[in-house]
Amino acid sequence: MRFVLALAVALVLVPAAAACPNAADLEGELICPTCKTTLDQSDAPAARRIKSLIRQRVAECASEQQIKDELVAQFGPAVLAAPPKKGFHWIVWLLPPMGILAAATVISVLVWRWSRARGDEAVADSNGRPPLDPELERRLDRELARFDG
Amino acid sequence: MAGRLKVAAQVVALALVAGLFALLVWKVATQEEGAAPKLGRGETPAAPAFHLDRLDRPGKLSLAAYRGRPVVLNFWASWCVPCKQEAPLLESVWRRYRDRGLVVLGVDINDLRGDARRFARQNKMSYPLVYDGPGKTTTQYGLTGVPETFFVARSGKLVCDRVEAGVHLEGNKERFEDCVEEVLGA
Repeated sequence: MRFVLALAVALVLVPAAAACPNAADLEGELICPTCKTTLDQSDAPAARRIKSLIRQRVAECASEQQIKDELVAQFGPAVLAAPPKKGFHWIVWLLPPMGILAAATVISVLVWRWSRARGDEAVADSNGRPPLDPELERRLDRELARFDG
Repeated sequence: MAGRLKVAAQVVALALVAGLFALLVWKVATQEEGAAPKLGRGETPAAPAFHLDRLDRPGKLSLAAYRGRPVVLNFWASWCVPCKQEAPLLESVWRRYRDRGLVVLGVDINDLRGDARRFARQNKMSYPLVYDGPGKTTTQYGLTGVPETFFVARSGKLVCDRVEAGVHLEGNKERFEDCVEEVLGA
């Protein structure tokens, strides 16, 4: 009976504990309004006060989003280390992958063209010398024919 | 075809670099200089306007509401120790000169609203208070910290140099009182 009761209590408490955010994680995701570094890197009085508020709200098991929303309501969106995924802020999230994609495309095209040029060169240059101009080749044939004759 | 593609790519790359450079130049050229450096150069710039939530009662308050009256504009925060120490002097100046039209206006910056209200209650601050949690006024006024005190003449222009650190401090108190007299007469 005691075991069943303990199990029931554990089942109730464990998900609740798991839902509580980690204060240290939050401190790395929020900016100190006076020194503009993340809270975990700041010992400014304003940062200390916000950290204390975060610890208090975590102890009350407020959700991460709730705590962030409360701080944004007081300090504005600049308190978030990562900009929100809405409106003009999307540009911050979209530009880096777009840049990487563009760079990858440019590199792929360059590599493809370079390897194709090398292939063509290999076909035309089996004896290690650059191919002759057709006109020059005809002229050379004529000269050799005259010499042979 | 490949040559034309290459030229187009070069043009796009150049346009991109030129665009980014133009953006940088624009940002630097239009960057707002705070009021404090102008005051330091002996200029009398217009006091930057603001429209903020009141801390001492519901509603909003604009600096423009006090046009025609001299204003002692004090920036403070509840986590700032000198702000607590200078509060009684600001309160006494407000009580002494309000009959002559002087307004002491406290702007709470980078602070938690609840903490600021508690601070105002504990320090018996009866003058008007506004709340600027995000600290937008810090850039407009060019603050380097808190507390800082500015003086706004009836014309809406900043006069006298700002007082950095607590107005109660040795060396600041006399200058603060001189500036209060100056703004009352301006």
